[in-house]
Amino acid sequence: MVELDQLVSEAVSAFEACSDTASLENAKARFLGKSGSVTELLKGLSGLDPDARRAQGALVNKAKAAIETALASRRQALTEQALREKLSAEAIDVTLPGRGRGVGTIHPVIKTWQRIEAIFRSIGFDVADGPEIENDWTNFTALNNPENHPARSMQDTFYLDRNDSGGRPLLLRTHTSPMQVRYARSHTPPIKVIAPGRTYRVDSDATHSPMFHQVEGLWLGDSVSFADLKGLYHDFLQQFFDTTDLDVRFRPSFFPFTEPSAEIDMRFGTGPLQGRWLEISGAGQVHPSVIRHFGFDPEKIIGFAFGSGLERLTMLRYGVADLRLFFENDLRFLRQFQGL
Amino acid sequence: MRIPEFWLRSWIDTSASVEAIAEALTMAGLEVEDLEPAAPPFTGVVLARIESAEKHPDADRLRVCRVNAGPGAESLQIICGAPNARAGIFVACAREGAVLPGDFKIKRAKMRGVESQGMLCSLKELGISEEGAGIVELSPEPSMALGMNIRDLLGLDEKTLTLKLTPNRPDCLSVLGVARELSAVLGLPLRTPTALAEGALTGLAPLITHPERLASESAAVCPVVSNRQFPIRLRPEAVSGARPLCGRFSSRVIEGVDASVDTPAFIKRRLEAAGQRCISVLVDISNYVMLELGRPTHIFDLDALRPLPEGGIEVRWARPGESLALLNGQSPVLNDYFGVIADAEGPVALAGIMGGERTAVSTQTKNILIEAAFWWPDAVRGRSQQLKFATDAGHRFERGVSAATTIAHIEIITALILQICGGRAGPLEDDLQAIPARPVVMMRRSRCEKIMGRPYTAGEISAVFTRLQLTHRHESSDSDDVFYVTPPAERFDLEIEEDLIEEVARIVGFAKIGVRSPTAVLTPQIPAETQRSTHRLRQALVYQDFHEVVTYSFIEPALAALFARPEQQVSLLNPIAAQYSVMRPSLLPSLVKVLQDNLARQETRVRVFELGRVFSADSSVQDDALSVAGIDQPLRLAALAYGPVCDDQWGIQPRPVDFYDLKSDLEALVAPLSLEYKAIEGATSAGFLHPGMAAAVYLHGQNIGWIGVVHPSLQQAWQIPQPLVAFELNVLPLLHCAMPTPQAPSKFPMVVRDLAFVVSTDVAAGQIASTILKLKQKSNQLLSLNNFKCFDEYRGQGIAVNEKSLAFRFHFQDTLRTLEDADIEQAIEVIVRAVQEDCKATLRVA
Repeated sequence: MVELDQLVSEAVSAFEACSDTASLENAKARFLGKSGSVTELLKGLSGLDPDARRAQGALVNKAKAAIETALASRRQALTEQALREKLSAEAIDVTLPGRGRGVGTIHPVIKTWQRIEAIFRSIGFDVADGPEIENDWTNFTALNNPENHPARSMQDTFYLDRNDSGGRPLLLRTHTSPMQVRYARSHTPPIKVIAPGRTYRVDSDATHSPMFHQVEGLWLGDSVSFADLKGLYHDFLQQFFDTTDLDVRFRPSFFPFTEPSAEIDMRFGTGPLQGRWLEISGAGQVHPSVIRHFGFDPEKIIGFAFGSGLERLTMLRYGVADLRLFFENDLRFLRQFQGL
Repeated sequence: MRIPEFWLRSWIDTSASVEAIAEALTMAGLEVEDLEPAAPPFTGVVLARIESAEKHPDADRLRVCRVNAGPGAESLQIICGAPNARAGIFVACAREGAVLPGDFKIKRAKMRGVESQGMLCSLKELGISEEGAGIVELSPEPSMALGMNIRDLLGLDEKTLTLKLTPNRPDCLSVLGVARELSAVLGLPLRTPTALAEGALTGLAPLITHPERLASESAAVCPVVSNRQFPIRLRPEAVSGARPLCGRFSSRVIEGVDASVDTPAFIKRRLEAAGQRCISVLVDISNYVMLELGRPTHIFDLDALRPLPEGGIEVRWARPGESLALLNGQSPVLNDYFGVIADAEGPVALAGIMGGERTAVSTQTKNILIEAAFWWPDAVRGRSQQLKFATDAGHRFERGVSAATTIAHIEIITALILQICGGRAGPLEDDLQAIPARPVVMMRRSRCEKIMGRPYTAGEISAVFTRLQLTHRHESSDSDDVFYVTPPAERFDLEIEEDLIEEVARIVGFAKIGVRSPTAVLTPQIPAETQRSTHRLRQALVYQDFHEVVTYSFIEPALAALFARPEQQVSLLNPIAAQYSVMRPSLLPSLVKVLQDNLARQETRVRVFELGRVFSADSSVQDDALSVAGIDQPLRLAALAYGPVCDDQWGIQPRPVDFYDLKSDLEALVAPLSLEYKAIEGATSAGFLHPGMAAAVYLHGQNIGWIGVVHPSLQQAWQIPQPLVAFELNVLPLLHCAMPTPQAPSKFPMVVRDLAFVVSTDVAAGQIASTILKLKQKSNQLLSLNNFKCFDEYRGQGIAVNEKSLAFRFHFQDTLRTLEDADIEQAIEVIVRAVQEDCKATLRVA
């Protein structure tokens, strides 16, 4: 049946020649429509005898099936092509910037604050808060720093135009230590606490800001020693600076609220500051008078306190050379701390 | 305090380098902050003599010098331009190959055709002085040979130690004091410098290194050849009572001194090296004894003192209104806060601080009165500060000067004066009234070990006390060792057991204490889940594209006045500048300043926030664990947005940020808490905000802050081109959130209905919302109303001018069954009726 084979191949060529679904539907009608070639052939079968009809019918149906398969396949190809063209037309420039708002930044000094909180929380320290306008007793007297003592002139104090309950001028806390007084007086040992916050001194030049940040640490218990202070602060610095390549030294000093007192210096093993001792903190064993002001017996409760400057730690951490950058709030400076 | 190396070494014989000495002192608590050489490094400069100097054949101002620079360089030819270059003078000659400060290499060179084989140097070229007029002219001792290194000749490798002493160690405010510490640290004996071991002082010399022995054993060393006395009368209220001024007053008259002689070289050299100006011989001797031994003394011109009617002079508190012309040219008006030494005409010295001009010694002075006193630190402290000047004497007396050695030190100063200026010494007078008791201080070895966390042996402890010259007694038992120390008179810092523990620990060395991580009981402890930290709030704003800023807590008064009434403002008595004189009652002015600064840096879009305290006077605040009476100082959080809502970018129509943008940020910040917003009525409470674009913010019925557009007139006054939107909230109420109480979602379909109400323009969407909420609480028919919100506001065509349309979307869903149309219709009807009644609304028909 050469005719049928020819018909199938005609249909396949006709379908292939169609470049869109509309012409494909027209082509389909030519072969499979009401008066299409295949329909006509099927109609022509009725005039044949049963045997011939059966044999011829099978052949025609086979050809019809082949044509339908070719049609479906062409239909699918055209659909896919149309989709491809559509998608291709929809293509965008993926390198254009994303739309919408950006992300802000945490201030670098506060970043340091958060990091210190995380380090000390990880070893069970609580975090305390307290007022920035303080009374004389909590800022000085409770910390064994009597009036007129030369140690007071170590801290040039901002005074306010209002008095505390004791009739003395209120002041801006000169250190974060009053927070340890407040915390210790409202808790019972063992006490493990840090108190970060703003502090104020009458000092303003390239290396001093009248407002700055400190973090105070206090650990009291029945046998918390200077050796514990050494170990803890050493661990703290290694964690804070993400390196074991640093040295720490403690040298004797004086603070009214600790005895013995120490200045803590550190030295990096690498980097631009390598090999230089850098003052990083004041510390010591809490003075017995201060322990008494907390409401404890210094024979039973001992421990250490330390105070560190957050700006100093931040400068060393990020290599910021100028303290004033922290308070100028230049967005070009702040944006560089994105993602931290 | 500046201590020249040679001076320190005169007390202690050590081969340790000056760097090692500085390190040892620093690690013992006497911080050496600077080690400064007398001159910067240079090499190849030697002592030389100009043998001849001829004019240069080709240059008027140059001379061709023939220079003898010692063996092997007896005849160098050097061209020099200095006007003082002449034959016969001794000079500093930089030979070929020398390197001068600034890496200046000296080479053989031709100058105008004549060869120069080196350079003759000025002090400036050697980095010794700023002045460079001509070459340096030296006057070497006969023993010094030509060719000698100039650094050795002038002691230029000598260093000066600058010590930063802590206020508890006034005993180290002298060369002897520092030497004593060094001897304890290095374990080396002290020796008495030659200058203090000569003539009349020979007998005292062995005692000088031990103040205790000097105080108790010193006998009269200066012959008393005059009986001239001049009584000092310590007035009763100045020696006892609530405010003692003077505990001991020692003095002596010396007649017939020659005050016009030159100050001896050994004193001059020391004073100059220590940074003290030389004035005249008597003053220089007094200053020398102060720097050497730590004893401030004063020398009066005896003939200028006007004796009191009963004779002599007196020590008393100043009388109100008295004034005193001081040596520094100031004439403060005094009151009874100040102690004075006074004669018949009034004060002649400010006790423990400075002498007066009228009775000061001069080079013409013939007869003198020397005084050495013990002034109580409390009676001197704060006085200099009040007068706004500092003196060496005041610095020492307010920290504490030994009361024990006044007599011995007068003997030493007398001996020096007699030796240098001649004269006839009168008898020593000493009025000892009351001096600080030196109670014995006890230290247990066990306590020392407990505090320091390191074992110490009794021998170790005993050795420390001995090296520190601390008189001590040791009692030993099976369980412990106890040490009893009698503090020396100059050690005001040794009062309690911990003070001695510090001495032991620092002299043995803090470095001897091992570094190990502490151990502690492990008790898990984190804040409650419903408690969030301020850092969480910060982070939330960071994700909303805000940058955190940190600004000063004090602002200028004019800005504070916008936020607080005068009686609420808290001001600084001593601000660093007037624009930082009031504690801020709001964070907004600080954020505005940040905005202005950044606009000046060409930023166009600024989104910043700050978390900090604000301050106001509030008599209802009491003293408590976290509060100070009279001051409200809550932690606040403020954010400011300015400029386009997004950075200019493709695909987004630029639009300035507005109230609702910031409100959305605020809602995201506080979620899951939800806030209420009420229009701020009137301008009294928040005049800094746009009256029509601002809201007071409420949480659980409490006002916790505000949000709004800054008042256009302020924006204009602040020269900010576009509107700025801000909010400020109390932080503490935001830190506590309820635990979530989740329900299983309904399995039945949700029904959505929209209603548009036409209301008068002065009806707020929130008013309709709260009507519906109230209704929901009391009506069973609204049980299935899950949520609703206003999703559109419309004004314009189809709506009257004074009206607006507010469209609400309602979500209904039941957890037990599928809702039927009738349920919904009923609910809608109830809502419509209530809103119509409460808000005078009509339903808008589409």
